[in-house]
Amino acid sequence: MARMKFICDAERCIECNGCVTACKNEHEVPWGVNRRRVVTMNDGVPGERSISVACMHCSDAPCMAVCPVDCFYKTDEGVVLHDKDLCIGCGYCFYACPFGAPQFPQAGAFGLRGKMDKCTYCSGGPEENNSAEEFRKYGRNRLAEGKLPACAEMCSTKALLAGDAEVITKIYKTRVVTRGKGEEIWGWSMAYGGSGKLADQPGGRA
Amino acid sequence: MMLTRKTEGRAERANPLARAMSALSAKTVDRRTFLKGSGLTAGAAAFASQLPLGFVGEATAATAAGTGKMERKRTVCTHCSVGCAVDAYVQDGVWVRQEPVFDSPLNLGAHCAKGASVREHGMTEHSHRLKTPMKLVDGKYRKISWEQAINEIGDKLLALRKESGPDSVFWIGSSKFSNEQAYMYRKFVSMFGTNNMDHQARICHSTTVAGVANTWGYGAMTNSYNDLQNSKAIFFIGSNAAEAHPVSMLHALHAKETGAKMIVVDPRYTRTASKADQFIRMRSGGDIPMLFGMLYHIFKNGWEDQKYINDRVFGMEKVREDIMKKWTPDKVFEACGVPEAEVYKAAETMAKNRPSTVVWCMGQTQHSIGNAMVRASCILQLALGNVGRSGGGTNIYRGHDNVQGATDVGPNPDSLPGYYGLVAGSWKHWCRVWGVEYDWMKSRFVSQAMMEKPGMTLSRWIDGVTEKNELIDQDSNLRAIVYWGHAPNSQTRGLDMKVAMEKVDLMLIVDPYPSASAVMPDRKDGVYLLPAATQFETSGSCTASNRSIQWREKVVEPLFESKPDHTIMYAFAKKFGFEKEFVKNIKLVKDKQGWDEPVIEDITREFNRGLWTIGMTGQSPERLKAHMRNMDAFDAKTLRCTKSVVDKETGYDMNGDFFGLPWPCYGNAQLKHPGSPNLYDNSKHVMDGGGNFRANFGIAREGVSLLAEDGSHSMGADITTGYPEFDHVLLKKLGWWSELTEEEAKEAEGKNWKTDLSGGIQRVVMKNHGCHPFGNAKARAVVWNFPDPIPQHREPIYSNRPDLVAKYPTHEDKKAFWRLPTLYKTAQQKAITDKVHEKYPIVLTSGRLVEYEGGGEETRSNPWLAELQQDNFVEINPKDAEARGIKYWDYVWVSSPTGARIKVRALVTQRVGEGVSWIPFHFAGWWQGKDLLEKYPDGAAPIVRGESVNTATTYGYDSVTMMQETKTTLCQIERA
Repeated sequence: MARMKFICDAERCIECNGCVTACKNEHEVPWGVNRRRVVTMNDGVPGERSISVACMHCSDAPCMAVCPVDCFYKTDEGVVLHDKDLCIGCGYCFYACPFGAPQFPQAGAFGLRGKMDKCTYCSGGPEENNSAEEFRKYGRNRLAEGKLPACAEMCSTKALLAGDAEVITKIYKTRVVTRGKGEEIWGWSMAYGGSGKLADQPGGRA
Repeated sequence: MMLTRKTEGRAERANPLARAMSALSAKTVDRRTFLKGSGLTAGAAAFASQLPLGFVGEATAATAAGTGKMERKRTVCTHCSVGCAVDAYVQDGVWVRQEPVFDSPLNLGAHCAKGASVREHGMTEHSHRLKTPMKLVDGKYRKISWEQAINEIGDKLLALRKESGPDSVFWIGSSKFSNEQAYMYRKFVSMFGTNNMDHQARICHSTTVAGVANTWGYGAMTNSYNDLQNSKAIFFIGSNAAEAHPVSMLHALHAKETGAKMIVVDPRYTRTASKADQFIRMRSGGDIPMLFGMLYHIFKNGWEDQKYINDRVFGMEKVREDIMKKWTPDKVFEACGVPEAEVYKAAETMAKNRPSTVVWCMGQTQHSIGNAMVRASCILQLALGNVGRSGGGTNIYRGHDNVQGATDVGPNPDSLPGYYGLVAGSWKHWCRVWGVEYDWMKSRFVSQAMMEKPGMTLSRWIDGVTEKNELIDQDSNLRAIVYWGHAPNSQTRGLDMKVAMEKVDLMLIVDPYPSASAVMPDRKDGVYLLPAATQFETSGSCTASNRSIQWREKVVEPLFESKPDHTIMYAFAKKFGFEKEFVKNIKLVKDKQGWDEPVIEDITREFNRGLWTIGMTGQSPERLKAHMRNMDAFDAKTLRCTKSVVDKETGYDMNGDFFGLPWPCYGNAQLKHPGSPNLYDNSKHVMDGGGNFRANFGIAREGVSLLAEDGSHSMGADITTGYPEFDHVLLKKLGWWSELTEEEAKEAEGKNWKTDLSGGIQRVVMKNHGCHPFGNAKARAVVWNFPDPIPQHREPIYSNRPDLVAKYPTHEDKKAFWRLPTLYKTAQQKAITDKVHEKYPIVLTSGRLVEYEGGGEETRSNPWLAELQQDNFVEINPKDAEARGIKYWDYVWVSSPTGARIKVRALVTQRVGEGVSWIPFHFAGWWQGKDLLEKYPDGAAPIVRGESVNTATTYGYDSVTMMQETKTTLCQIERA
């Protein structure tokens, strides 16, 4: 079974926000909710680098660990999803997540939050695949259509890679080797932990 | 910094999911471990219905059913010149999904923020489009019918034409027209009787087009974005491709990863610069010292390509002498602020990593000496022998999606389609193509003299309104202004523009959005807004920057009451009484409301019959459509189809074609010229897309031949020396005349390669003899017909350095330049005398944001984009900010020598150097601190409004093309 991951190649990301609007377009995410955003470090000075960040679909996801109603679940493909029918909008996951992935649509009176919304890796939620109900709550389900997430598919420089960890690790690794640099900024180890050696990576072979 | 600049509490409702989605092809796999049917879930569902907050959208029962067939329509993003293909999925006439086109050799499925959001154009709920014709009545926009609009506007224009002559109306066209619409607009305005028309290219690459065409033949990008992959060094000067042409970086970064060196020269540390091996911070406007400083080292070290220069370049010796004398490293440092070591390093990188390419954009073109700056770039490439080589060339990135096409065939004040100019012979050529009598055409103008006199320019129409009548070079001042698909806030001198807009009798705005034109003037009446359809609501061809032509299918029917531009043109032609002449060779069909719509393919076929100069004759609609259907046949590096691939629908075999038949694609479609991926490439046969420099400037100058040296010619040419362009006389002399068919010979008699409508001359010369119809000559390093034949540095009109103005003063004033008096020295000297640089000590320059396009009305109305940039801002260096007590994101006033004051946020950043500021140019809708929201028609104001930088920009125009000087002026900044 494939293990779906994202990785963003900081040597290629040009902060064009194509991934951000691809996501908005595909899922019709409302104003104010950003399932994906581009973060820039050293903005405007030498060493400036950008990376596109969304839910990283962690191997050991802290959001899952802290959720008081246990609304998170993980698919066979390693995608971390949640059930909005269960979510109580408490926001614990927001504090637990190191990537700022969980989003809360409305901040009402008395700090009331709406139901959490986050990147689904374009694979919907617990409802029937590609049903209207699934779309209403979670957006489109591209994986069920045999497609990869819209953000990565449309990335302007192919910086954002999505797919089976084994495949995208190889692509990324080839680039790092060709360039002779790049991993130190936002390599696999930075994104998902571990030694960063190919052999130690998900599905990696030395 | 540019995370998401979100303002609290202004959450707009998202477009609810009115159009939904039934599964495309559901390859459904149950991958989930989650058990859905638990009682817990069912219980929570009821609770959720009372709390809809967490849902992305609301699907209605009707759309959820999704009964209609899903259709794929292939189109092209309308936001820049890269030409990214888009697959639109349409159900029940509604654009429901957008998918990337991985097969496109240009973008391989990639999109920037704009491209990834184009589906928003098809959404009708909460749309900010202009929905119906509108008329300004007592200061408020009121809805009117199309019939009333065409009649009232038509009557007014006809009355003005009668009273003050056809030259009293200025027609601004669009660079977002398709080729067909741009071509028809040129014809339309010509038939109205004036050359007073222009479009975006004036203020984007007019200096490039003039400067580059005068150097070697055609004023276009020589190679392609894809060809960057073959470059060993890439030199960006005045181009921030990462924001302006993001998808081009796909190719540039690929090149970099395989070893190409990347250099960025810019006053700002741009996002492109952050990817470079070497970033050079240059003084704004210092391009010529920088480029010639590099050439100094190239010549000094003998790095130039001597054989290439000898064989293919005229005048390099003179340029060399000038450079060695004037641009020693100390002078270079003084004028552009770049130390010798940096300049040397860049020169060495470019020389030792050939083929190397130069990329430029608005940073180089928008100056009062832009024509000279671009030629300096050309000279650098000629000295290095890089032009006409794969991986080399001058990769000039155009802006709008079809600004290249509109320049080639559209509303240019100084030329008929195809750069034919305006002389009598050119008019006769086009009258023949259009099927109208030359004498009738002439009768539409005031006189033959006015018919052959270039019109005013987009950058200066405001002076055509307000200048004293005795000083302008036409009878009447301008009395009406038509903004047909163009934003006003992209032109300089906003304060003067407002005055001009208030003075004209009539303003007509034809656009999918009201645009800032609708709200800038304080008028009570005399303004009409007509809703135009976008390019997703019609079909037609568009030319990407690399000259590849792509065909857009119509995605959806025109939304609201909008009409495609060519339909609106025809309606006015009818009102003006020249509809028969307008569409002599073009069939009409009725649209759904019964309007006559000229058939797009017939328009393409008509211009195919006339555009011999630039080889837009071979791109028949059938060939273009076949390419769009079979994109996977073309290689992403070479753009070529190298095997037999037959289009199922037409049976057309694309073998040998380059994608989109990049012009020149000579001869008629039957000749099957493959298009030219890299211009002037003599390593290839002309029938393989090869070529050489154009013989367009005579055959000798001061006793020196201008033709290429012996042995320098395109591969396989029968003539192995330089030769002039072909006409019937030369063909006969060479004994090739008999190779024409009888019919061709009849048509070609007395004609040349540009006017022979049979295409016979081109066929015989190219196919039978491997020669180039436009001759084989040298490129000109010295352009003797320009104000500075050898490019000279001249300080901008508003310079921060009086000492440099004394050394490098601007040109003398011009009296009748594009029909208007134009100030140079007077304006520059006045600025020095008034000590403007002391009151306004900060250099002001402007540029692009990735989220928005051009004047920005369209993109600022798209919520997916608007959310990402919600305020206009000025980039200011921390030292300058500190000296003024300005903190990050404070509101500040930016004031300019025109007296304008604009209110923007302060983005304190080292991206700009000390004493330099930068403002993006996409904003409008505020006027000197005031939000103009109430002036927009109801529901049609863009989501994000802001102050336009061009409200504050100053006077200054290129000495050849009237390009506006936006990239170097002065300002002062203070806390608001």
